[in-house]
Amino acid sequence: MTSMIDNSMRLNAPMGLLLNRDNAVEFLFEGQRYQGYAGDCIASALLANDRWLMSRSFKYHRPRGPLTMAGQDANTLVQLGGDPNALADRTPIAPNMQIEGQNYNGTLDKDRDAMLGHFGRFMPVGFYYRSFFKPMGVWDKWEGVIREKAGLGRLDLNFEPEYYDKKYLFTDVMVVGSGPAGLSAALKAADGGAQVLLVEEMPLVGGALAYNRFDIEGIEADRLRAELIAKVEAHDKITVMVDTVCNAWFTDNYLPLIQGKRLFKVRAKECIIASGAYEQHVVFRNNDLPGVVMCSAATRMMKLYAIKPGQSAVVLTGNDDGYLTALELNDHGVNVKAVVDMREGAAPMDLIDALSKRGITLHQGYTVYEALAEKGNKRVKAVDVRKITAKGEVGNASRVIDCDLLCMSAGYMPAYQLLCQAGAQLSYADDLAEFTLSKLPEHLHIAGSVNGIHQLDSVMADGQRAAQLALNNLNLSDELPGKVSCSVKPNFDWPIFSHPKGKDFVDFDEDLQAKDIVNATRLGYRDVQLVKRFSTVGMGPSQGRHSALPTARLVANSTDRTVTETGVTTARPPFAPEKLAHIAGRIFDPYRRTPMHHRHLELGAKMIPAGNWRRPAFYGDPNERDACIHTESVHVRNKVGLIDVSTLGGIELKGPDAAEFMNRIYTFAFLKQPVGKTRYAVYTNEHGVVIDDGVACRIAEDHFYVTATTSGVDRVYRDMTKWNAQWRLDVDILNVTSAYCAVNLAGPDARKVLETLVTDTDLSPEGFPFLAYGEADVAGIPARLLRVGFVGELGYEIHVPSRYGEALWDLLMDAGKAFDIKPFGVETQRLLRLEKGHVIVSQDTDGMSHPGELSMTWAVNRKKPFFVGCRSVDIVMAQPQTRKLVGFVLPAESKKPEEGHLVLEGDAITGNVTSCEYSPALKQIVGLAFAGINSSQPGDHIYIRVDGQLVEAEVVNLPFYDPDNLRQEM
Amino acid sequence: MPFSLLKYGLNKDYPFEQHADLPKPTELKPHYDVVIIGGGGHGVATAYYLAKYHGITNVAILEKSYLGGGNTARNTAVIRSNYLTSEGVKFYSESVKLFKELSNEFDFNIMYSQRGQLTLAHTDAAVRGFRQRAEVNKHFGGKTELIDPQQIRELVPTLNMNPADMPVLAGLWHMDGATARHDAVAWGYAKGATQRGVELHQLTEVTDVIVEQGKVTGVKTNRGNVSCGCVVQAVAGHSSLLAAKAGFKMPITTFPLQAMVTQPVKPFLDPLVSSPSLHCYVQQTGRGELVFGGGSDPYPLYSTRSTMDLKESLLANAVELFPFMANMRLMRQWAGLTDMTSDYSPIMGLSPVDNYYLDAGWGTWGFKSTPICGKSMAELVASGGKVPELIKPFSMDRFNSFRQVNEMGATAASH
Ligand SMILES: Cc1cc2nc3c(=O)[nH]c(=O)nc-3n(C[C@H](O)[C@H](O)[C@H](O)COP(=O)(O)OP(=O)(O)OC[C@H]3O[C@@H](n4cnc5c(N)ncnc54)[C@H](O)[C@@H]3O)c2cc1C
Repeated sequence: MTSMIDNSMRLNAPMGLLLNRDNAVEFLFEGQRYQGYAGDCIASALLANDRWLMSRSFKYHRPRGPLTMAGQDANTLVQLGGDPNALADRTPIAPNMQIEGQNYNGTLDKDRDAMLGHFGRFMPVGFYYRSFFKPMGVWDKWEGVIREKAGLGRLDLNFEPEYYDKKYLFTDVMVVGSGPAGLSAALKAADGGAQVLLVEEMPLVGGALAYNRFDIEGIEADRLRAELIAKVEAHDKITVMVDTVCNAWFTDNYLPLIQGKRLFKVRAKECIIASGAYEQHVVFRNNDLPGVVMCSAATRMMKLYAIKPGQSAVVLTGNDDGYLTALELNDHGVNVKAVVDMREGAAPMDLIDALSKRGITLHQGYTVYEALAEKGNKRVKAVDVRKITAKGEVGNASRVIDCDLLCMSAGYMPAYQLLCQAGAQLSYADDLAEFTLSKLPEHLHIAGSVNGIHQLDSVMADGQRAAQLALNNLNLSDELPGKVSCSVKPNFDWPIFSHPKGKDFVDFDEDLQAKDIVNATRLGYRDVQLVKRFSTVGMGPSQGRHSALPTARLVANSTDRTVTETGVTTARPPFAPEKLAHIAGRIFDPYRRTPMHHRHLELGAKMIPAGNWRRPAFYGDPNERDACIHTESVHVRNKVGLIDVSTLGGIELKGPDAAEFMNRIYTFAFLKQPVGKTRYAVYTNEHGVVIDDGVACRIAEDHFYVTATTSGVDRVYRDMTKWNAQWRLDVDILNVTSAYCAVNLAGPDARKVLETLVTDTDLSPEGFPFLAYGEADVAGIPARLLRVGFVGELGYEIHVPSRYGEALWDLLMDAGKAFDIKPFGVETQRLLRLEKGHVIVSQDTDGMSHPGELSMTWAVNRKKPFFVGCRSVDIVMAQPQTRKLVGFVLPAESKKPEEGHLVLEGDAITGNVTSCEYSPALKQIVGLAFAGINSSQPGDHIYIRVDGQLVEAEVVNLPFYDPDNLRQEM
Repeated sequence: MPFSLLKYGLNKDYPFEQHADLPKPTELKPHYDVVIIGGGGHGVATAYYLAKYHGITNVAILEKSYLGGGNTARNTAVIRSNYLTSEGVKFYSESVKLFKELSNEFDFNIMYSQRGQLTLAHTDAAVRGFRQRAEVNKHFGGKTELIDPQQIRELVPTLNMNPADMPVLAGLWHMDGATARHDAVAWGYAKGATQRGVELHQLTEVTDVIVEQGKVTGVKTNRGNVSCGCVVQAVAGHSSLLAAKAGFKMPITTFPLQAMVTQPVKPFLDPLVSSPSLHCYVQQTGRGELVFGGGSDPYPLYSTRSTMDLKESLLANAVELFPFMANMRLMRQWAGLTDMTSDYSPIMGLSPVDNYYLDAGWGTWGFKSTPICGKSMAELVASGGKVPELIKPFSMDRFNSFRQVNEMGATAASH
């Protein structure tokens, strides 16, 4: 492929502030090789090669080229490999970068869908709502067709996320925008003693000073910029970040900055927004042609990128800035054919003289009524200039002027996004034809053209005024800031010239024309929010930066209201489109490991998530789940097994009121619980619903240690502290879940194993009976011993400080060798406890289960005056019960119900299966299920629908296994 | 090209007045038979069904902002019926049925789009819950299945099956899952209601409720007082505030709920995908944008500000589910106010004030119920306070009698 090394459009230095002409960069656009310089953005490098058509529009597939050259529009969204919707006018080129235009069918230059533009009249505003659904059912077909045409770029579905990260910053004053307002604000604040962070979206400091012309001679901007930069660079209290966008305002000046692949999260004591203003377009037919640009885009092309934007130009303006643009173009060899000023007799004499000195024709009180294009609409070739006869109307006499560049400026819209996110109020000043911002929150200030100040000296003063307010808030000064005003009126109040043939675009992103907005109001969508939603105006990637003002004007006009009454739609974060990668940050999935984690892996455990933890489900071949669980369960029943239960919550309660506190939180009675004993602890919420359970150990009169479920402990602990904030009992509460780890040693040989390690405690059935609690020395490790029996065998829960966890595990596994000890996992534990009829809160309970339904009333003390949920429990217990959790059995060969299958009585759903397994110990299927109250007695039958078939199961007494509890009390 | 578009295109003066979907504003009358407070989807749907089925048209909808500008404008438009309780599934299934007919009924395309909803289970507990929901749904005629990882891969090949190190164990595949253009639903109802004579008053805020001897007799507004025979309160995130004006309390806590949308890209994701464990759901709209939503903010608040925290956690999880989405660009983030009840079910029916009817407690899930709720409320009003069977379980009184309809598990981050 030949490379195009044209660059014939380049101007000489010092034009091209951003370019490094020593460093040529080659890249590919649409498969064609091009060359630019380091510092070029994609758009400028293409313009240097005289390529204007860069992308296609959303709806009509119109050819589009640069509009703002500042990333403020969606006209030049391009595809960078798998990265869609990149801003060509902001993204720097890089060697061998592959760039494609977007939204075309065929090639960018020959788009088969461009004919959609001719059918524009058949696609009136909101046409989707009016069509495609008759007769019934056709929408199903159309939907696919329409969906196919949706979207802009194409996402690379195999893209692997790259490294992005985040950082926190703190500053006294943050200044957003480094134009003259921002620079002077930063200097004033820093001079006053504040630490300043100055943030600039563009790659260079200076804002409008870097590209705009402020005087006839064209020297003031450069002079002032150099002076201010020198001062800022010399100031050690100012940090400057360029290429950095402040992308939102969140409460209390919490400000996300995006720079490169990093998101900075800044807390600023004071924030000054000096974000400038967006130049506005004029609405006329074909105002979207490549070659029709904002005045500031043309000067950016020249000053930042040394691009000569055309050979012959027309400037259409509603303010003085257009005159200066014309001078700038003329100075750089562009043949300015005419300046068309929409105003009549408003321009100052010196500007008019300057034009005439250069032989530039001036038409005052005229406008461009239509831009004329080359075939295929790929570039403007002439403009039709007409006299303005009334608001939005023109005469019939037309003057066609040939040109390949049309620069326009209808005025400015403040870059109000961050301020409105902060709750500022936007209102329209009729005398200025401009929006103004007021009602800022504390510690947020505004300066410069975003504040409606446009004259350079006033802009500087406004920056200082804002900085003074910030300094006063910081107690670094107490001077009263001066008042700043501005006499310049840069906005033309009706820069809208509708054309009967349309294509007079209000919103370039969404291809919306003037009549679309007016028609939306005629159809009854009169509120500007409704207009937006009905027409989609402002919903595209540039989020109304150019469409908001003309839309507000059109809506106000056609509904006989003022622009202030009409308003604009709300600005929401982010300020500019931001990659999900920036917000998501590093891929970072922390999870909690118990101290024995490595041992489990060595033993071949199949690990599963349990809340934030990972736990062994069982040990052995992950594909042989049932067999592994079977073996492990039989082993625990016959010999001895060891399970890591470190994930259980642990809460320590200490103080004179500890027992009283326990008594109020849990349902049981705890005041008289003896020291050295454990007791079952059920927690109900205020609705009387069981939401957690555990075991309470009384360590001393004033000291309890209570366990909670793995997933429930955080909530229980939070509730406890919340309640005690009200009760003010004298008790300290501590969540010690990760300070302790624990194992359960269970099985008929459990005592024998433990006896080899514990010498300071009598472990005999009499010395340490079922439900006992004690502190013991396990081969040198200080341990808390609980004799409890979740799995229904002789067992000990051993809790030790976490640092001993691995040692404890090793000791027990070692000592257990002689007794053929085997580890078992949480799934095996679930089976064992099911055989024993123990409920797992949240598996066998739901958001409605009260203690009565769960047959837990034995664990509820109804004589004590209070516990959380007590009132509710009393009320529900007094009502007729409708369902109950029951145990059921089925023959081994029956179809096995799954957890979640329904229990039916006739057509009605009366409950569901909550736990169900084949029990190796009982050689039948056992399960727990909610059943209707009428079939909840032992001997009753319940009907469970298993894969569409009804299975009849028998309700039995619980527990299924060892009903007399002989084994656990051994 | 559909014929109807030719009609508009060839018509020079389109749109005529008679094409207007919504009438021009008028003065408030001193009296209406029915005042509906809140011009969201629910309010206008109630008005529509009152006019259509009960011939009651002396009705005013009073909306403090613009038509459908509350949560109707802010929601992510998930429509589904795969709830957990019998009461819930029966109710929401009726809504899905009505939704399917709305475009033709309105002569206005609400772009009902049935692309199915896939909810992911990353834990055993979720698998159990999903199986139950699938069973309940099938029981009431819904199309919902518990599907395995292989089926999930076929349905959404771009999904990461091990997001955030939480392997996807199963999925709840709800074929009835759909979206609709949320605004269009409100507009379609408003169009149908106003064409039948109902008055829609936007920018009209109810500032007080006039109650005499336990019975509502009128409302005060920023445009003057209006007397009325009865009131329907349908104000979503402001229910308890308005109830307080009518003199009673509601068992509601109000939380902000946020959502966000990216720039459009070419379609690649048909079903709605949701992961309750990762507090994240995503769908691709007909315009090609991705819409993300998650759980409510963690603390009660009356503010529709956006927060950084939610955006960070939500999008981190979105990128876990679909790693390549890291390259997408976010365009907009917003919030609405959601009125949460403790059982995650709504409150419909009577209130302590006579002739004052409640349509509230819609939390994060009420868009999908717009048709059936409107229809039921209309029945309630037309019958002079006889509560229809379908909404009986949702009375406010259930919080006194402990007959809650618990949908917490089936609501979470899926709305
Ligand atoms: C971010 C988000 C995402 C959501 N996603 C979904 C989803 O995917 N699926 C789903 O089913 N639901 C979802 N919801 C919930 C859903 O949006 C609401 O439940 C539903 O829109 C409620 O409808 P409504 O008509 O009752 O309320 P709204 O549309 O909020 O209407 C209430 C109206 O009352 C007006 N009003 C309030 N006070 C007064 C007063 N004093 N006088 C006059 N007017 C008043 C308000 O201005 C408002 O327009 C979501 C909500 C949010 C915030």
